[in-house]
Parts: sequence; structure tokens; C-alpha cells
Amino acid sequence: MADIKQHSNWYEFTKGLIKENPNLVSLLGMCPTLAVTTEAINGIGMGLATTFVLVGSNLVISLLKNVIPKQVKLPAYIVIIAGFVTVIEMLMHGFIPSLYSALGNFLSLIVVNCIILGRAEMFASKNKVLPSICDGLGMGLGFTLSLTLMGSIRELIGSGSIFGISLGIPQSMTLFIMPAGGFFVLGMIIAVINKVAKKKPPQEMGCKGCPNASTCKGNGGCEQ
Amino acid sequence: MGTYITIMLSAILTDNYVLSKFMGICPFLGVSKKLDSSVGMGVAVIFVMACATLITYPIYTYLLLPNGLEYLRTMAFILIIALFVQLVEIILKKVMPPLYSMLGVYLPLITTNCAVLGVTLDNIDSGYTYMQSVFNAICVGIGFTLVLIIFSGVRSKLETADIPETFKGVPSTLVAGAIVSLSFMAFSGM
Repeated sequence: MADIKQHSNWYEFTKGLIKENPNLVSLLGMCPTLAVTTEAINGIGMGLATTFVLVGSNLVISLLKNVIPKQVKLPAYIVIIAGFVTVIEMLMHGFIPSLYSALGNFLSLIVVNCIILGRAEMFASKNKVLPSICDGLGMGLGFTLSLTLMGSIRELIGSGSIFGISLGIPQSMTLFIMPAGGFFVLGMIIAVINKVAKKKPPQEMGCKGCPNASTCKGNGGCEQ
Repeated sequence: MGTYITIMLSAILTDNYVLSKFMGICPFLGVSKKLDSSVGMGVAVIFVMACATLITYPIYTYLLLPNGLEYLRTMAFILIIALFVQLVEIILKKVMPPLYSMLGVYLPLITTNCAVLGVTLDNIDSGYTYMQSVFNAICVGIGFTLVLIIFSGVRSKLETADIPETFKGVPSTLVAGAIVSLSFMAFSGM
């Protein structure tokens, strides 16, 4: 982690977009990726809501990093994150009710999105305020980007439209907007990225980036 | 009685949390590699889901609702779950070391399992009574365990299968997940 401090804020911002995309490269936050991406617009909404929470929580946590006792850091982080989630929930309920009902409970479930806790644990709690904001913004927008990509593909094949505009395709494969299609499209996207980036596909979820890595002490609860 | 059967069937089969509501995908992809760990994670999830509902439901109905604090439920619920999980971990470690060594590694992972928070929120939204909520939570946990167990079988076959280099690992797991999800769609009559 020590070497990251030397990077510029611009680097912290851009790394989340493609190179360390939290979603498609680090494989975090899979639940909303699969659940809300039946339409591209939902993907954007969910992504931006997450970005808001991520920037806010990174900001507050990096400010409070010396105050929060180590033993209770997980509950403390969760309370901070939940506060921002409540704010975005109420804002969205008030101003974009259609999106609010489309996202449903997944808006509340931003609280347990591994990306946010992961960034809090791995970045915000070790870095200064400005880099933390850049990191949050970059990771959030990277997440938005991958959600929109997923949403566009599923909407295009599944209901023959894009951003709600019908393209007049007579036959659409409804399967793609169903749960099974979500798994399939995500698997394909990750495979394509691996092919293009010519890297070995991730074999495991890995403890890297897992917010629980410190509490589980690398016991590998998930990889026994 | 009829309600309970409906709750059971929908929680385990038709509206399975993992395969049709997409909650708890991380453990689904991460833990389902071996049968043992699937069962361990499943049991831990059933236990935490049931207890979390036991605590959150009365807190919402008797504390938040009468005081007009519904908007605080996300914060209250996740805090309760996080504290409860840590408490269980400490108690198990002290009182039942053998059980702790079996479930201990999975407990920290459960705090960030969105299925647990999801089920407590869903119980409130669907207007279940206290008993129905707890029953629903247990059934959702059973459904989660069932999928993990089925999927660990699928994955053990995948390990030895000859798949293209780019698809090895997570991509092939996801595509296999799609096929398992397809088979669960049949339960809802498609």
C-alpha cells in the first residue's frame, strides 16, 4: 500500500475506470451488477447512486481514519456508509421515483456492496482526503461504466431497445433480461476482457479487495 | 397453514434469492467450490438470517414505526446484523469451540452478504407477521444452502472439464450459474 501514496490524484481517479475496474476486474459488487441491469438506464442510476455513496464514505472515512478505534472499524464504516445510503435513498425517492421503484431494495443494499467497504478498508483508511475522493470517484464511475455496459447488452438483446428507445427489432430474446441472462452476459463480458487483455482469467474471487480479509485473517473462508 | 407452504415454496424454489433475486452472489461464486464449505456457509447463513429477523422485526415494528423513523431502517438493520455476527463469533469461540472451528471462518463473510440484509428488508416490505417473517428467513436460508450445494456439484465437474483458456475460472462459473438459474426458472412455470 505504501507505494500508492506516490501516485498522483489523476492516477487514483483513472485506475478505477478500466485497469482496476472494481466490477469486471476485481469481481466485487456482483449482486447489483446482475440484478438491476435489465435496462441500461437502471445501470446508470445504480452506478451513480453507488458513486455518490462511495465518494461520501471515502471522504468521511479518510477524515476519521485516526479517530476510529481498530476494534470497531467495521461497524463504524457500516454506519457511515448506511448514512450516505439513506441520503441517496431519500433523494431518489423524492426526485426520481420511477428509478427508485425500479431499483427497489437494491438501493438499500448498496450498504453491503463489497466495493464500498473494500475501498474504505483498503484505501480511504490509509490515505489522505483528496486521493480518497479521487479513488472513490474513479471506482464509482468504473462501476457505472460496467453496469451500463451490462445493461445495454441485456436490454438490446432482451427487449430490442436501448435506453428505452425501441430499435424495431421484431424478435427479441426475453431470456436475456431474465436472471439466467444476467449470469451469461457477465460471464461472457469477463471472458472477452480476458481475451482482449491477454491475461489469465481470475480463477478465484480472491481475498484481494475483500472487505473481510482482515477479520478472516486470510483463513480463506471462501476458498477452503 | 397455506400461507406457510406458499412462503416455503417461493423462498426455496420459485423466488430463490441467489438465482432469481441475485442476492448473495459473492458467497455463491466464492464458497461453492467444495461441498463441505457450501454446507458450512449455508448453515451459518440460515442461523444468522433467522436470528437477524428475530431481532430486526420487533425493532422496526415497535421502535422505528411508532416514532416515524422508517427511513432509518437500513442503518438500524445493518448495524444490528454486523453487531450480531460479531457477538455470535465471540460467544461461539468461548462456548462451543468445535462449532466455531466449523462455522467461524464463514461468519465474518456474512456481514456483507446482501441476502441477510435483503431478507430482513423483504420481510418488512411484504407485510408478513412475526412468525411468517422468521419462517420466511429460515426458508430463504434453506434455498440459499440448496443452491450452494447443487452448484458445488456442478463446479466439481467443471474443475476437470476441458474448457477454453479464456473461460477458465470465473467466466465458466458464471455461465454454469446461468444454466443452473435456467433450470430453476422451470419452477415458476416457464
